[in-house]
Amino acid sequence: MASRMSISRRDFFKDAGGLLVGFSLIDTAIVPRLLAAPLQAPTSTLPTAGGRLDAWLRIDGDGLVHVFTGKVEIGMGVETALAQIVAEELDVAPDRVTFVMGDTSRTADQGGVGGSTSISQGARPLRNAAATIRGLLLQLASRRLSAPVGDLDVHDGIVSIKSDRSKRVAYGELAAGADLNDTLKVSGQGFALNVEGSGKPKDPATYTVVGSSLPRKDIPAKVFGRFEFVTDVRVPNMLHGRVIRPSGVGAKLMNVNEDGVKNIGGFVKTVVKGNFVGVVADTEWAAIRAAKALKVAWSAPTAAFTPHTEVYQYMRSATPKATRETEKRGDAAAALASAARKIQASYDFPFQSHATMGPGCAVADVGADGVTTVWTGAQKPHAMQRAFAELLGVPLDKIRIVWVEDSGSYGRAGFEDVAADALLLSQAAGRPVRVQWTRDDMTAWGPKGPAVVCDLSGGLDARGEVTAIEFASRAFSGNEIAAVPATAGNYLAAQLAGTPPTYGGDEFAEWGRQTPAYVFPNLHASAHIVPSFAAVASPLRATHLRDPEGPATSFAVESFIDELAAAAGIDPIDFRIKHIEEPRARAVLTAAAEKAGWDGRRSPRSEKVGAGSAAGDVATGRGASLGTRNGTYVGTVAEVEVNRRTGAVRVTRFVCAHDCGLVVNPMGLRRTIEANLIQSLSRTIKEETTFDRSRVTSVDWASYPVARASDIPSVIDIVLVNRPELPPGGAGEPSSRAVAAAIGNAVFDATGVRLRQVPFTAARVKAALGRG
Amino acid sequence: MSHTSLRVNGRTHDVDVDPDCPLLYVLRDNLGSKNPRFGCGLGQCGACTVLVDNRAVRSCQLPVSSAAGKEIVTIEGLGTPEKPHPVQQAFIEEQSLQCGYCLNGWMLTAKALLDRNPRPNEQQIRTACEGLVCRCGSHAGLFAAVRRAAGDVKRSA
Repeated sequence: MASRMSISRRDFFKDAGGLLVGFSLIDTAIVPRLLAAPLQAPTSTLPTAGGRLDAWLRIDGDGLVHVFTGKVEIGMGVETALAQIVAEELDVAPDRVTFVMGDTSRTADQGGVGGSTSISQGARPLRNAAATIRGLLLQLASRRLSAPVGDLDVHDGIVSIKSDRSKRVAYGELAAGADLNDTLKVSGQGFALNVEGSGKPKDPATYTVVGSSLPRKDIPAKVFGRFEFVTDVRVPNMLHGRVIRPSGVGAKLMNVNEDGVKNIGGFVKTVVKGNFVGVVADTEWAAIRAAKALKVAWSAPTAAFTPHTEVYQYMRSATPKATRETEKRGDAAAALASAARKIQASYDFPFQSHATMGPGCAVADVGADGVTTVWTGAQKPHAMQRAFAELLGVPLDKIRIVWVEDSGSYGRAGFEDVAADALLLSQAAGRPVRVQWTRDDMTAWGPKGPAVVCDLSGGLDARGEVTAIEFASRAFSGNEIAAVPATAGNYLAAQLAGTPPTYGGDEFAEWGRQTPAYVFPNLHASAHIVPSFAAVASPLRATHLRDPEGPATSFAVESFIDELAAAAGIDPIDFRIKHIEEPRARAVLTAAAEKAGWDGRRSPRSEKVGAGSAAGDVATGRGASLGTRNGTYVGTVAEVEVNRRTGAVRVTRFVCAHDCGLVVNPMGLRRTIEANLIQSLSRTIKEETTFDRSRVTSVDWASYPVARASDIPSVIDIVLVNRPELPPGGAGEPSSRAVAAAIGNAVFDATGVRLRQVPFTAARVKAALGRG
Repeated sequence: MSHTSLRVNGRTHDVDVDPDCPLLYVLRDNLGSKNPRFGCGLGQCGACTVLVDNRAVRSCQLPVSSAAGKEIVTIEGLGTPEKPHPVQQAFIEEQSLQCGYCLNGWMLTAKALLDRNPRPNEQQIRTACEGLVCRCGSHAGLFAAVRRAAGDVKRSA
């Protein structure tokens, strides 16, 4: 786990100018109390700007390596991978590397987590800083041992003379009392922030720690129940809060009646600010009871939404808010008009909820002078710092955001919004407040991944060659609520309290950006943004959910590619290889086919065998898809059983060939790919946010079902295509991209029936089989 | 409010709480335990699982008064780094999780299953775990850990 250190604020400032000597790690259980100490000085005096070596890396007198990074752990093991990268450069054991992550007072702004960039981009400054501090340590050792640097080497944090191992000195001894600081050249910002110093990183060909399956640092503490999630943060004098949301979108607060809550033992107060309503109490149970007992009257909500059952028709008929032509090669319209054969298909992908495992929790401590500390599991602490300074109307340096791990989050999940709830309640209560969201707060009122529809046309000539493709997407912007939550208007609580909402911008579902770079002689692709249903405090506000627009756009395109292959009578993997030029894309398809024992042939397996067929209840099939994302390549094969009588789709096996360049930790990568596949299986066969004209009606695990034990494939085969000659790329999202299409293509192979709407619920599949 | 005596991980605690308060909040807020965890408060996900007299129970649904006098075990009570329970050992060896927020449910359900049936087959494992949510999709590793704890390390995902 990210070690949180025992230094008091005063000690920290005393030592902040140079090497930290002799600070020790303590039982993390008591750390929140220490972190709760009010800020004694403006945070801007801390070396977080990135231009100093000690803003990134320090070595203490015990030889422990302290890394300070704006990256955070969201459950995929990035802390362990970063430890391997730093340990590799320094020649220390990875367990000697500890982290401070995502604390705005102590770490540089690396943009937080997003876009599967924590290793590909986020590790670069750490690697360069580690190489630089290693060089400084070797210079000190050279003086200490009276030997040229070239005669020295390092093992396990001990520098020795190659020809005489008895002459040696440990990093800790060298660091004690030395000034290991240096000025670094800073470039880029956010995810792209980089620093370079005097040290040159190692040649990857010499790596020994990077590339090994080091066990994850956080797992033992989690398994023994000792790990501290943000839900476990407790600070002195802390109250517990709960929020009460409007009765629907657009509802205005009419009246709050406290008669039923005043006699609840431990109840402290009701907080009302515009349409933001909450309660605070001495205990969590009292807060729960008060939130339930408080009588809140709302005006009728507006009928702002088109219900989910009609939303796709709405999306296709609404006048777009924005349109972008993203590809134009040749003359697709003319080629389609003259095609010997033309096929058309439309695909629909629903709004989906983040529905995180823990529904969201934060603690905020707003002081009377505006000096504020917030403990949050949100992925972008530095952006939150800017937003909360705006929201409270105080200078940035009054706000400290301390990231503490929450349950797995896969985008702008809502952990941001619960922090704003805590902030407003603490400001009103004058005491620290912990807010634990309910399941409903997260699943119904948390931000959503946007619905996307795609319409495609393809033309084939008389020989079955594809001559043209037209693609048009219509999507709610994936950035209605910006994934970088740096403004007050980004947050639900602020919108309810009256801050004008910040529209994050138009984010399109694009051919080529979210789909592979297939080559066809004539191609026309356009993308449209559907106007938001409601701008203010909408439970359907759309933002980033794992691989934004990727699964939806890829579902359409990778299914349509399969339809073209079937129309051309070609094996669907051969068809893809024929139309893609990138060697790495071809290689993952070939590797997946080989591992799967793919039987090369056209789909479907046989003629249409829909409901009522005499061929038995269960049909089996296999489907493939290709996913490409920012230099990572994924070939996926799904094998399915389809019960023709019930419509139930069960994936029996996944095969996934994955090429993200250099593999840092094979075991960690395998587990993260498996989890991508299973979470995507869940999104494909189960998940759909439902809503009526004013309210989201999928509010818990019963109304928003996700994959359960019986849904999980019996076999998952991962093929890691390691490319040590390439830098490590992203792996947090790419293998989510093409899962829905692989499953849909397998159902087509099994039954001859094409599924064009996610999720593939049993009822929907049964209906499709009935239509044949 | 009333005095209730709770036996948690082998130690007895006297608490003065609303007898209707679910055990979950008493463990977390009155006794300061990090486990179990709040997931839904509806008994749908299993994040709040504890063992009560060696049965896996949803503590968000159990009034504290109903837990009085019974043996309550949380994952802290299973074992220690020095002396891990076989289930804990297996979950570590299989590197079986992503975020791990759901672990109380999976590990304690596995423990209760294996105490009843030391060599469960695949179907029995899945049936026992059907009531649990893992939102990250770590199921392959979680099942592998349950199999490993049952002494079977060979079977695939």
